[in-house]
Amino acid sequence: MAELKVDVRGETCPVPLVEMRKALRKAAQGDIIEIIGTHPASKKEIPMAAEALSVKILSDEQLGNEWKIVLQK
Amino acid sequence: MSDKATIVVHSGDMDKLYSALIIGNGALAMGMEATLYFTFWGLLRLTKGGLEKGPLSKMHMLGMGKRMIKQRMAKQNVASLERLMKDFKELGGKIIACEMTMEIMGVKASDLNEELIDTYGAVGTYIQESRNAALTLFI
Repeated sequence: MAELKVDVRGETCPVPLVEMRKALRKAAQGDIIEIIGTHPASKKEIPMAAEALSVKILSDEQLGNEWKIVLQK
Repeated sequence: MSDKATIVVHSGDMDKLYSALIIGNGALAMGMEATLYFTFWGLLRLTKGGLEKGPLSKMHMLGMGKRMIKQRMAKQNVASLERLMKDFKELGGKIIACEMTMEIMGVKASDLNEELIDTYGAVGTYIQESRNAALTLFI
């Protein structure tokens, strides 16, 4: 099981969503994808996308102005 | 209804291209299929080196407005149209070029960025793509 890291700090719409999707496409079943970013709307929308894609959300936290979302394919 | 978005890109304006490519990328990122149908002024953005050449739809002011908006976009770290197009293709987005526009405007396939284009077609192709689409837009 691999762990992929996606750093989209400083990136704005639609890059965080797009980079999340790219990572999910590369990942194998069971892989963990950790996404860190700063774009506020993406913090809400990445979990929405994960749900639409039937991907598990392992954690979702805000750390100052950064957020970290961990998904499992 | 299938989870598909189809967008007619009729405008060649820079800001409207942004709308089309951002929505297209958003749809792909959220698990939908996405198809962009480039026609009329939009088709010119598929010509070689043409993607970033569109004017602003409002307050273009002979290019001054566009320069200002581009500066502001750079400050906010907004992705370029080139990058959004590359991402759109990488995520499996489909591009259709309107053949009638090519005839009207005298645009040959060799004038276009052919590596981006999946299909050349007319209204029937767009309708067939959109028949079961959950979302279709005209930009």
